Amino acid sequence: MEQLNSWFTALLSGNAIFTANTLGFYWNGLVTTIQLVFLSLLIGVILAVPLAIGRGSKRRWIKLPIYAYTYVFRGTPLLIQLYLVYYGVVFFDGIQDSIFWVVFKQAFFPALIAFTLNTAAYTTEIFHGAIKNTAKGEIEAARAYGMSRRLMMRRIILPSAFRRALPAYGNEVIFMLHASAVASVVTIMDLTGAAYYVYARFYAPFQAFIFVALIYLCLTFGIMFVFRKLEKRLLAHLRPRGA
Amino acid sequence: MNKWITSALFVGALFIGQVSSQAMAQDQNTIRLGIDVPYEPFVVRNAEGDLEGFEIDLGNELCARANLECDWVEQSWDGIIPGLLSRKYDAILSSMAITPERERQVLFSLPYYNTPSVWITARDRDIDIDDKDSLKGLSVGVQRGTIRDVYVTQEYGDVLDIHRYGSSQEVVNDLKAGRLDLTFEDFPIANDAIDFRGDDSPYKQLGESIKTPTSIFGEGAAMAFRKRDRDLAETFDKAICEVYADGTFDKLMNQYFDYDLSVPPSAADCEKFE
Repeated sequence: MEQLNSWFTALLSGNAIFTANTLGFYWNGLVTTIQLVFLSLLIGVILAVPLAIGRGSKRRWIKLPIYAYTYVFRGTPLLIQLYLVYYGVVFFDGIQDSIFWVVFKQAFFPALIAFTLNTAAYTTEIFHGAIKNTAKGEIEAARAYGMSRRLMMRRIILPSAFRRALPAYGNEVIFMLHASAVASVVTIMDLTGAAYYVYARFYAPFQAFIFVALIYLCLTFGIMFVFRKLEKRLLAHLRPRGA
Repeated sequence: MNKWITSALFVGALFIGQVSSQAMAQDQNTIRLGIDVPYEPFVVRNAEGDLEGFEIDLGNELCARANLECDWVEQSWDGIIPGLLSRKYDAILSSMAITPERERQVLFSLPYYNTPSVWITARDRDIDIDDKDSLKGLSVGVQRGTIRDVYVTQEYGDVLDIHRYGSSQEVVNDLKAGRLDLTFEDFPIANDAIDFRGDDSPYKQLGESIKTPTSIFGEGAAMAFRKRDRDLAETFDKAICEVYADGTFDKLMNQYFDYDLSVPPSAADCEKFE
């Protein structure tokens, strides 16, 4: 540890950019990015499950609004959605005096709302696709057992759909991590915000951004690793024997 | 073929260089000043096609005091230092801020102006910018990477919650939206974008306008010369000292601006000319 510490100090002493101060910026940025992405993904999934079921409903008044929602949020850039939530809310008269202002005054919550709505839209479509593709035989077998629609959804369709949606959802998680880079345009000091700060402070774009790119790579690697493990466990029954 | 073109260009370049230095030698009393047009209200081309503005008036005044005939040469900003070094003109007088990077290539005169920065807040807010303890938790908006970002980070980083924006327009938006308690802006930009100077305007200035420390805000805008033209630079330093000493600078400034962008040279800088 002592050795590692002195090695690290020696490494830092040779340059003007990566001081303890800027590394602190990057660290806070990392924390903010993970908070933002994790929370929006979590709330996104919770929203997406009922929406995905509703999206496959036969009733038009349930199906169509959900379709419209996913269409709008998948059809517009996340950056625009973020601008709309962040700068758009102030056009509501008197919002500054309402209790909502506590939430909207900070940059974090408008960003969280925009990210959550965005990822919920994509996740809804991913889950909807997986639910729709449930093997006919599984459904027929459930019916033959006399299961109600609700029970069938809970015991058969959803567990099987979630497993099959896993690889696509893993991609969505990685996309969300990368998409979170736009948070810095509304003054959030996420990883990219920290990189912008270092860039602007030292006029060193390459060092500032290559460093942050490496951090994103590490995070992506971690996410891929977790999903690889999960897929291995949960999709074991779909792999060919002896593989 | 290529060789021919290269050597023809080379000979041509030598020849042109010779001619222009001869022209210089013939007319010692004429110098050419490079300027990037337009930059209101410093320089702009009027309806008759003539250059006018604060820097044109100031430049002509300086030339008159230096007993020089001055011609203005238009040059776009990105080529303005190369143009000086390749002798398209003999000096730059174009709101060029003194920076260490530029100082490696050119010789600067004394600075002749520097725009101040100002603290702005809503009129009904009661904030004392000098009482650091009272500022705890307040939010301030600045444009990322500017000298104002550096100043606020360095002087107030421990108390204020600093929001950094990509453009000054976004800072103004969020000040007006009520997300920011304070903003620290370049005076000319604030002057255009925020109504803060009237008695009943919605915003107000806090404290004095700020131009120091020069280690952050820079010394200001100065004329730039080729490094070897020391005598010429001194001639203009003397003229700058004079226009400040006898009030001509203030008179010109008040014609164009209703705020103070003067940077009077120190007595030490001027005493060698007396």
